[in-house]
Amino acid sequence: MRQIALTVNGERHEADVEPRELLVYFLRERLGLTGTHVGCDTSSCGACTVLLDGESVNSCTLLAVQADGGDVTTIEGLAGHGQLHPVQQAFHEQHALQCGYCTPGFVMATVSLLKEQPEPTEAEIRKALEGNLCRCTGYVNIVKAVQQSAAAV
Amino acid sequence: MTVTEEATQTLVGTSAPRKEDARLLTGQGSFVDDITIPGMVWMAVVRSPYAHARIRGVDLTKARAAEGVVAAFSGSELADDWMAPLPMAWPVTEDINNPSHYALAADKARYAGDGVAVVVAASRGLAQDAAELVEVDYEPLPAVTDVEAALADGAPIVHDEFGTNRCYTWPLAGGEDVDALFAEAEVTVEERYRQQRLIPNPMEPRGVIASTVPATGEVTLYTSSQIPHIARVTLALGTGVPESKLRVIAPDVGGGFGSKLQVYPEEALAIVLARRTGLPVKWIEERTENALATHHGRDMIQEIALAATAEGKITAVRVRLTVSMGAYLMIITPGTPLLGAWVYGGAYDIKGYSFECSGVFTNQTPTDAYRGAGRPEATYAIERAVDALARKLDKDPVELRRLNLISEFPHDLASGLTVDSGDYHATLDRALEMLDYDGFRREQAERRERGDTKQLGVGFSTYLEMCGLAPSRILGALRYVAGGWEAATIRFLPTGTVQVLTGTTPHGQSHDTTFAQVVADRLGVGYDEIEVLHGDTSVVPLGMDTYGSRSLAIGIAALCSATDKIVAKAQRIAAHGLEVAEADLQYEAGTFRVRGTDRTMTVKEAAFAAWHAHDLPDGLEPALEETAVYDPSVFSWPGGTHIAVVEVDAETGVANLVRYVAVDDVGTVINPQIVDGQVHGGITQGVAQALYEEAVYDENGTLVTGSLVDYLVPSAAELPSYELDRTVTQSPNHPLGAKGVGETGTIAATPAVVNAVLDALAPYGVTDIDMPASPERVWRAIQEARS
Repeated sequence: MRQIALTVNGERHEADVEPRELLVYFLRERLGLTGTHVGCDTSSCGACTVLLDGESVNSCTLLAVQADGGDVTTIEGLAGHGQLHPVQQAFHEQHALQCGYCTPGFVMATVSLLKEQPEPTEAEIRKALEGNLCRCTGYVNIVKAVQQSAAAV
Repeated sequence: MTVTEEATQTLVGTSAPRKEDARLLTGQGSFVDDITIPGMVWMAVVRSPYAHARIRGVDLTKARAAEGVVAAFSGSELADDWMAPLPMAWPVTEDINNPSHYALAADKARYAGDGVAVVVAASRGLAQDAAELVEVDYEPLPAVTDVEAALADGAPIVHDEFGTNRCYTWPLAGGEDVDALFAEAEVTVEERYRQQRLIPNPMEPRGVIASTVPATGEVTLYTSSQIPHIARVTLALGTGVPESKLRVIAPDVGGGFGSKLQVYPEEALAIVLARRTGLPVKWIEERTENALATHHGRDMIQEIALAATAEGKITAVRVRLTVSMGAYLMIITPGTPLLGAWVYGGAYDIKGYSFECSGVFTNQTPTDAYRGAGRPEATYAIERAVDALARKLDKDPVELRRLNLISEFPHDLASGLTVDSGDYHATLDRALEMLDYDGFRREQAERRERGDTKQLGVGFSTYLEMCGLAPSRILGALRYVAGGWEAATIRFLPTGTVQVLTGTTPHGQSHDTTFAQVVADRLGVGYDEIEVLHGDTSVVPLGMDTYGSRSLAIGIAALCSATDKIVAKAQRIAAHGLEVAEADLQYEAGTFRVRGTDRTMTVKEAAFAAWHAHDLPDGLEPALEETAVYDPSVFSWPGGTHIAVVEVDAETGVANLVRYVAVDDVGTVINPQIVDGQVHGGITQGVAQALYEEAVYDENGTLVTGSLVDYLVPSAAELPSYELDRTVTQSPNHPLGAKGVGETGTIAATPAVVNAVLDALAPYGVTDIDMPASPERVWRAIQEARS
């Protein structure tokens, strides 16, 4: 067991974790933050995307111990209670989610993208979201939602 | 219908904001893996690494001694826990070879991934660790993973008891004599296509929790399923848990696409292990496990022949399918290819039709429904064959389609069913306009003329679809064991809010939104005052679940019947309260008005009166709650035109989809944004089959595309934004005039894209390509045509 300390959605947590414990299971099963999903075991789908120190990462590929000392934001911490972040609002308005399983990952990836590229073209959006898979939407409305977010942010 | 159909509608036809989004966007959804039950333990399944192997022994000693292990069992140790094999609900012929299929294999493993033992332990990780300690003594046997090889003499036999890998042969014929039509045909084409095997890959893998009350024998099963109601019936039969004590809950379900239209070994195992241990048992599928253990789709050889006149008028279609069942028959494995049997003639006016389908066992994951189920395969075959005929006659593929499209409705298909409505020419005209067909052909000609290495191609798919599964009488005639009806309940609560119960089970289709839109309009209740409940057999006891584009076509038809019943009862209460005859009342969107006056009573007021019941008409029962069960008399018949434009790089073989135009006719649209979303996603899965996805097995029967690294689910980077439009031809057989939409895109897209690839490759002399049209296949096709 290793002791780690990290900030998640603005709250500080200290915990003893097994060295093999993945960050995603730490978030989901220790902290009860089940909005971050697991969609694959090969870092291919991006459903587990969270922000670590402001950058999007696949939380299924990081060990919890690697997040020691870090600042994690999950979908639950993106906006204030009862509020939607402009990216969440845009996903809602553009019908950019159907089953919703991949959605938290796409939202977090979009937040990260717009920080790096505030005015991406459609081609840049499509390229930037290559690491996130959605089986429902065909990405058409996700692209629109990112464009709306870019205009709003 | 008793309700005036022209009632003022305010929400139907608008893109009402989705009720589902608030929780899903904020991480407050509840998928199976998000659920924890006190005392819960974890299950891991030990799977055969061999495609075919005799199980000589299973040694569980080390696993049982491992840290945190609660129990471990081999297949033979659980043999007495089953009252019946896993369900197979569609014995398509009387003489079908139907192997008994249990949750764990005891004697032989018949595909790589077949479960042979199971472990229950204190945590996810400990269960997986212990599963690795199970020692199975396998005697590997020769395996077969190709349908045609499986029928050859001397092929390894998947189920020894049958002495053959043939599962069944099912014929269908209709219209004029097909042999005679072929004999007198001026032109014929004979084509052979391969439908590669696909892995559905919903983004949420499957998951199960079974929880018991040992004192009473009650069992609650949470499962990521499209079919909680069907699962309850069949799992009760399989495990011996009385159906009355089995509650099945499908919470938020992260996509299905047919792959969760299934009753799986892990659902049955979780129940018997919870029963044996007295503990809640949870199992969550990993993605690589999903590739092996969740059913696959497609996988068939298609032979299709067209008879035509010299002018290009198609007179007859003859089809022969050889389809991989995989190793076992799951719930509708044998029937899945037959769902396409009536539509291999496409949207074309033909005189004679014959069809024959053979199901074949192979040492592979079982196949079953995958988005479109039988109909994408049919559409692919006829749309490619029509292009082949156009090539042979040197005709434009659009002109050939115009010559053959059905233009009068209702239309009796030669295959035996009647298409109630449609306007195929209108969708084709509109799609061509959106494409600028002439402009496209000019640009294409320019590139061809200058020998550009990047060639353009256009492909068409003027499809019709048969969906809305299904009239119970027809299902019965086809030997399917259940019905195709659907149920809906509307319940007014005393405070005036409304619960809507539907027996359909959404997994992304937005039922909470669209069902509320319909009820809001028909009962004049606020959209925000309506909650739609589903996916829990204790909350919604009656239902047949969601597949085959049936929730709108049948579920909302049932809902409309329920609103009619509510209005009928409320009208009695209103007439009593307003002291007039029922006939003196006029009903409009939630309000009864005494004709010619301003005296009114709303449905809500009637509901309150029904609840306190102080002054109801004599003999009328209190409470305003009605259930309706609707059994369709016919199928739903969407149709349309899809056009794909691809750019093929002749040097690298890369085919990119650069434009996609889709004009669908799904009748009345309840929510345009949601319908667009269904079409977008459907198209993407069809495009994925054409260009990217394929489950590949090696010669030993090992799945070599078992993860999302090897199996290419397309990302946003591979795809363009699609251009959509619709025409509206209302169904005369649906209370709102609507038709199913969940599968249209997948049914239409695949042939449009492959036809476009072949059009792009025409200058090189390429006339055929297998799917997916990968860079390697395209490049090789060009080289082979050149040499």
